[in-house]
Amino acid sequence: MSDRCCGNDPAGIMRADTVMTFRDRLGALKVRCGIGRNNYKVTPGLYALGSPDDKSAVFVSANYKLTFDSLRKELSGMDCYILILDTKGVNVWCAAGKGTFGTDELVSRIEKTGLAGIVSHRELILPQLGASGVCAHNVKRRTGFEVIYGPVRASDIKKFIAAGMDADDDMRAVRFTTRDRIVLVPMEFIPAMKFSLPIFGILFLANMILREPFGIEDLATYMCALAAGAVLTPVLLPIIPGRAFSLKGWIVGILLTLFAVWQFGWLQDDIIVASGYLLLIPSVSAYFAMNFTGSSTYTSPSGVLKEMRFAVPFILITVIIGSILLFIGKVIV
Amino acid sequence: MRYIRNVVTLQLDVKKCLGCRRCEEVCPHRVFAMNDMKASIKDRDACMECGACALNCPTRAISVKPGVGCAAAIIKGMLTGKEPSCDCSDDGCC
Repeated sequence: MSDRCCGNDPAGIMRADTVMTFRDRLGALKVRCGIGRNNYKVTPGLYALGSPDDKSAVFVSANYKLTFDSLRKELSGMDCYILILDTKGVNVWCAAGKGTFGTDELVSRIEKTGLAGIVSHRELILPQLGASGVCAHNVKRRTGFEVIYGPVRASDIKKFIAAGMDADDDMRAVRFTTRDRIVLVPMEFIPAMKFSLPIFGILFLANMILREPFGIEDLATYMCALAAGAVLTPVLLPIIPGRAFSLKGWIVGILLTLFAVWQFGWLQDDIIVASGYLLLIPSVSAYFAMNFTGSSTYTSPSGVLKEMRFAVPFILITVIIGSILLFIGKVIV
Repeated sequence: MRYIRNVVTLQLDVKKCLGCRRCEEVCPHRVFAMNDMKASIKDRDACMECGACALNCPTRAISVKPGVGCAAAIIKGMLTGKEPSCDCSDDGCC
């Protein structure tokens, strides 16, 4: 670990700082854009913040550096310990879902760090979203430590402590604010762009034989699918009609596509190309929007399966028919 | 924001409930409420099947089938014949 925030002391307890440096902020920005996000880790183990003693609180968290940074920032001014589990550089909620932020890892990390000899109390404060990986009563049975689930967001920790370790409904509820969704957009758009590159390659090759090659207007129309499915649907999620993400993506997609085929004149004088695009583009948008279920904080796997049972065949059929129409339009015109 | 209705696998056996309030504490979508010192489901459609309540229920009064709620992962699972997992091919999706 080369980060300036942390260093070892002789007892094996590492030191953590509460100040965010320029480097921390730059690192966060890179991760949000998908650069090196699978290797943004801190060393698992016990960290001391301020000057903790044997009565100080112990907060448990994941070894994803964004997670660690948001926690240590919120704990500024406190004397406490942070027990970092090895979640393979994944945030608490996703790691809990996979089981790496889990009972076994917590129990073994308590033993490895000798926590029972460092603090005299037997309480651990875990982020609430770790609860889908941690079984509190088994931790108690195996280590003697009582698990207290703190608030969902690190920013509520001080309020939680001031209320006598009590979180109200608001602190316990996951949100999915506009800001939460906007920071996810680059990681929707960039993979969608990568997904599209082979398609651009195929169209480039097709241009050699087509009477009317694909041009900048076709590219702009295709970009409507990315804009609708990977950008607009995530950002405008609550105000787009429908519950299924694929339906939301399709609605935004058809609106943008209608505008494009009208703007570029196909609607007026090339109805085959226009129909091809109207079938194809909204479905590609629906596909990208449907993938946003993986990033959302409120979609159930059962619901995703249900929407897929309709959406996947619909997308496949419309994409195939739309593509055929498009090529017919481009060859025959 | 609400997702698709009447689909979740969440089940609560009130007879087994001790009234410890753990489910109410861990639920990120406030699905549970206490009723006569026992847990009750007040908002089933808000459930996202994360499994926290079932895992932390000391008497196993709650059951839910947790899973990966990501369409891309499910499609990949279908194509490769493996269980859907959160690890995306290139960068990981969460």
